[in-house]
Amino acid sequence: MLSEIILKMEGISKSFPGVRALHNVDFTLRRGEIHALMGENGAGKSTLIKIITGVYEKDAGQITIEGRPVQFKSPQDAQNMGIGTVFQEIALCPNLTVAENMFIGRSRSNFVKWKQMNAKAAEMLKSLGIPASPTQELASCSIAVQQMIAIARAVDMDCKILILDEPTSSLDEDEVQKLFALMRELKARGVGIIFITHFIDQVYEISDRITVLRNGELIGEYETAALPQIELISKMMGKALSDVTAMKKHEPPKAENSVPIFEAKELSSAAGVKPFNFAIQKGEVNGFAGLLGSGRSESVRAIFAADKVTGGEVKINGKRVKIKTPLDAMKQGIGYLPEDRKGDGIIDELSVRDNIILALQVMKGFFKPLSWKQTEEFAHQFVEKLEIKTPSLNTPIKSLSGGNQQKVILARWLLTHPMYLILDEPTRGIDVGTKVEIQKLVLKLAEEGMSLTFISSEIDEMLRVCSRLIVMKDREIIGELSGMNLTEQDVMHMIAQGGK
Amino acid sequence: MPRIKAHFDRLSHLFLPLSVLVILIVINLIKGADYFRITMVNGAFYGNIPNILFGASELVILAIGMTLVTAASRGQDISIGEIGAIASAIFVQYVLRAGSAVTLWTILAGFLISCVAGLLIGAFNGTLVSFFRVQPMVATLILFLGGRSIAFIIDGKVSPILANEISNQIGTVIPGVPIQTPIILTAVFIAVVVVVLKTTNLRLYVEAVGINPNAARLNGIDPKKIIFLTFLIMGVCSAVAGFIAVNKAGRHDSVNLLKFIMMDAILAVALGGNSLGGGKFSITGSIIGAYTIEILNRTLLRLEVNPEAIKAFKAVFIIILMVIASPVVRAFVRKVVDKAKTIVAANSVRKTVGLNKAVFFITDSSAGKKEE
Repeated sequence: MLSEIILKMEGISKSFPGVRALHNVDFTLRRGEIHALMGENGAGKSTLIKIITGVYEKDAGQITIEGRPVQFKSPQDAQNMGIGTVFQEIALCPNLTVAENMFIGRSRSNFVKWKQMNAKAAEMLKSLGIPASPTQELASCSIAVQQMIAIARAVDMDCKILILDEPTSSLDEDEVQKLFALMRELKARGVGIIFITHFIDQVYEISDRITVLRNGELIGEYETAALPQIELISKMMGKALSDVTAMKKHEPPKAENSVPIFEAKELSSAAGVKPFNFAIQKGEVNGFAGLLGSGRSESVRAIFAADKVTGGEVKINGKRVKIKTPLDAMKQGIGYLPEDRKGDGIIDELSVRDNIILALQVMKGFFKPLSWKQTEEFAHQFVEKLEIKTPSLNTPIKSLSGGNQQKVILARWLLTHPMYLILDEPTRGIDVGTKVEIQKLVLKLAEEGMSLTFISSEIDEMLRVCSRLIVMKDREIIGELSGMNLTEQDVMHMIAQGGK
Repeated sequence: MPRIKAHFDRLSHLFLPLSVLVILIVINLIKGADYFRITMVNGAFYGNIPNILFGASELVILAIGMTLVTAASRGQDISIGEIGAIASAIFVQYVLRAGSAVTLWTILAGFLISCVAGLLIGAFNGTLVSFFRVQPMVATLILFLGGRSIAFIIDGKVSPILANEISNQIGTVIPGVPIQTPIILTAVFIAVVVVVLKTTNLRLYVEAVGINPNAARLNGIDPKKIIFLTFLIMGVCSAVAGFIAVNKAGRHDSVNLLKFIMMDAILAVALGGNSLGGGKFSITGSIIGAYTIEILNRTLLRLEVNPEAIKAFKAVFIIILMVIASPVVRAFVRKVVDKAKTIVAANSVRKTVGLNKAVFFITDSSAGKKEE
């Protein structure tokens, strides 16, 4: 049973105007296997997935499902063939109830049997261990629960092939384990699962085989057990192993006694974070650690006045200042890269150029537009410096890959030359290569004297770049960890014990 | 060079209004080859083109304001005709108060006062939309319903008449100047808008707020202020349009002045390739859209369509336009064009594939060596 091939793609090619997204790629999926599709941003994973799901039409190549050649004209065709997909960005309707979201568009009749629908939804939520009620509005669920509901929806559609595109990027460890249990269950039922993720550990935990793509080409297909992690990373990046391991941990700054560059006392915001104290030295990289919903994002949002500040006082270089709006914070030299890139970061229809210059332009003021030549120079400079892959400066940012969008937002803040830069989940949903680049950049900026706060769901990533961790639990700071030899266990212990 | 290309990208939005314009002109040329003929009557240009430019002047100004309101607030102001009626009523009262001694200064002062009135009304609408988060169409419905009554109360009697020479010249021509005054005023207004767009960040701010207000706020732009600002601008645009309209008419008819013009203004914005859902905008498109509507009206008249039936014809024409411009049809056209392109490209690529494979093989094997 294991060796039976359910999906076979041969010689798939796809080009967009000016870009060759896929070139002669093969991919096979067996019944009852979990197959990880790996590659950096722009490697062609998303394009391949969109071809499987009928969103794009391939230029060349052949797809066979259970030995029969198929030709998808629309996503509906693919769905009818038993291909279910859960995309990275949740494609549900937040204003409908959980049950409605699970069954929307699937009923044959024009009338909805509410009672029956809710009962069925309740049963399914229970069997999958999803903590939500069928009649609850979807928007009131956490992102993680919404994600699981999206999976439940796909699973329920009798799929033979399930595609999970970054399903775990917003889940915490516990929820990931629940999801994995679900995936194993489906695997046992004979569903072939294509799993896309940037979490390498997860790939090794759950997948049977790995296919690696790079720059639109197939690098190879491997048995997971036979491919060491470090080799996988180097194959994805196309770089030698020594490059990957060469990252050096940052030394904490020496001047411990000097006045902090930023200091907050009893700061609180309308988003419901308990009043907290916080300070950061020049050239320091620190981080807020904690589980999802622990208040780490709310804390940094309070620093930037992204949510309404309700109390506390703020000092910059020892001098008291008032920060009431994001613009105040920007003028004090603070930059903030938000957690929700799509909702709070990018202006999706505007060009890469406009997105890069936005913050600087706003700081200069309404009546002082930068000249075309200046914007050209600034944008060009950062596209080169951060290696942003874009067809041109005038390309709308929405047509860039996630990692490149994130680099544009980074460029936006670096252009304002902040003295203190807050990065909330800058590496979420981003490939390993870019992730390492961003980490290196953070350390380099700190060396040049910038102070940074770096937040990540991946504690090992924070341990790599931060010299001090502020640990949060239940919207409160419960302690602080510092030192060069911190381990993930130390952080876990602190969270588990709720402080000292 | 890249700058020209960027402009060209923007110009692709103008495909729709320009193609409609061409179709209408062709229809008119078929009807009579003398369509473009311009003659001089009493020292002023006379002909179809000057008539169109003259007739569309208020609409062009209103379409500019509507473009900004739409882009920032993702909704439309339906009270613009009424704002124009109120502002011009105030203008007329001010001028009439001067009695027979009307000077250019009287007119100018009256005009400025009416602009202030437009600003205040715009501020009223803007406050409702930006601070109280009322949907734009609902917020402006208030003045759409009540505005003409206010204008009537200001008038005090039915249709006060503007019987001074200067008003007459503003509404028609100034002796010695060959171009009708409303055309000149519109051109000046457009020039002012161009200068404003060049010397401020209005475009960037409005587009950012219209596309993603959250992200705009986190980059230091206050979406409320920007939406408020667009309603202020809309108020001034309405006052200017009212000023031109009342001088053209020579009397203030509070019931019919600029009646239902918001429909044409919204249509002009849509014809200009702008999304009525906000975001990126093209003022050039809206201006061309406004002139296109005027040409359409006049074409139907020229084709001797029964005046009663003109509105129905217009509606049919607009339906056809909107279908042609819809994303569905556009995507279809793009697909056909792409297919044609790939067939051409495939023929030329085939010859080079062999070579490419050889190159990839060499680079792969050399990369492999480095890893070792």
